[in-house]
Amino acid sequence: MSQRPITEDDLHAYVDDALEPERQAEVDAYLEAHPDVAKRVAGFSVQRELLRGALAPIAEEPLPPALNLSRIIESRRQRRLPAWWAIAAMLLLCIGGAGGWLLRAEMLAPSASAGLVALAQEAAYSYNVYAPDRVRPVEIRASDSAQLVQWASNRLHQPVKVPDLTTAGYRLMGGRLVATAHGAAAMFMYDDDHGDRLVVLTRPMATDQSQPMTPHSGGDVSGFAWADDGMGYSLVGQSSPDILRPIANEARKQARTI
Amino acid sequence: MKDILLLVEPLIPALRRYAWALVRNHATADDLVQDCLERAVSRWHQRREGDPRPWLFAILHNLAINQFRQSKTRGKHKTIEEIDESDFGEDAVQERKLMYQDVLNKLSKLPDDQRAVLLLVAVEDLSYADAAKVLDIPIGTVMSRLSRARERLQREIEGTAYEAPGNVVPLRGVK
Repeated sequence: MSQRPITEDDLHAYVDDALEPERQAEVDAYLEAHPDVAKRVAGFSVQRELLRGALAPIAEEPLPPALNLSRIIESRRQRRLPAWWAIAAMLLLCIGGAGGWLLRAEMLAPSASAGLVALAQEAAYSYNVYAPDRVRPVEIRASDSAQLVQWASNRLHQPVKVPDLTTAGYRLMGGRLVATAHGAAAMFMYDDDHGDRLVVLTRPMATDQSQPMTPHSGGDVSGFAWADDGMGYSLVGQSSPDILRPIANEARKQARTI
Repeated sequence: MKDILLLVEPLIPALRRYAWALVRNHATADDLVQDCLERAVSRWHQRREGDPRPWLFAILHNLAINQFRQSKTRGKHKTIEEIDESDFGEDAVQERKLMYQDVLNKLSKLPDDQRAVLLLVAVEDLSYADAAKVLDIPIGTVMSRLSRARERLQREIEGTAYEAPGNVVPLRGVK
């Protein structure tokens, strides 16, 4: 017989009914020839049936009212309503020139880093608008990233490089140009295996042409902004700053090697 | 938001079953599932296309793990519930009921990580790849935990030390 040897994994997949029919037949034959293994596998199958039987009644119980999904969706909708009014009010304040609501004031000296503050806000706005978009979060997909880089570099009049964040578990989804009060910016979006999204926004900086990594947060999102050689960057997401910081460091390191 | 009802609602009984099997307490389990559903609603846009089951189980599992950590540091212990007798009723099934009770008690003696794998695979019918996603571990680790969980539960059930036969090739082929 030139069959592949039967592995421990095959035996479990046999118990879980997860084998292809041909492989299952091979395991059947193997078990017939090895009664001791067959006994062990039979024990696993009995366990499985016992567990399923023991827990089945839980899944058959009527759901308590607290787990009514329509109600959960509705109560969330109601809770969000006042929040939007608050955000709108804050936006008005911003437009009025108050600025910086998005940033913890103590983290930045306002005179020195107005440019970075603005960039961080723009990145957060872009995140809030595009990251929840299920239909068209990006305009140019990662598969056309050469085209994306070309477009962004032309419009920003700067060579733009898309940071590769795969080592942090984030894949490039794509990107687009976004309008800011300071001209065009390039937005790149990433996601991880859980579907959590990150946005990196970059544009040339008129002020704050070189700034160290600076944390910012506001609403549901937080992130880090920095500037090197006239180009500003902000990376934002919904993860905690502890998680975002190393990713921002990686993006910064890569951007420097342009 | 229409698809969320369609896709998530049918999975709630299974989420409750998994939560209950982890914490063995109805109130705690339902709190976990409620948290899980609220998160699922607020992060619905972040999920990937396709089967939402691994995504939902991952949210629930992480909430349960946090709960374990908190209750351990606070030293609080919730009462472990037995199976409700009314679910079984007749005398003829009393013996089966005792067996069920027994296997659940033995399951609760397994380390948390082994118990989770066994429940996801053997009870919730998640594929090995989906279980790996839920637990955020490599598929090889799913297989080794599953193997250890089954061996250990079997030892508990048989009440004897079991010697692994030597003629099974100890290779790990990942499917």
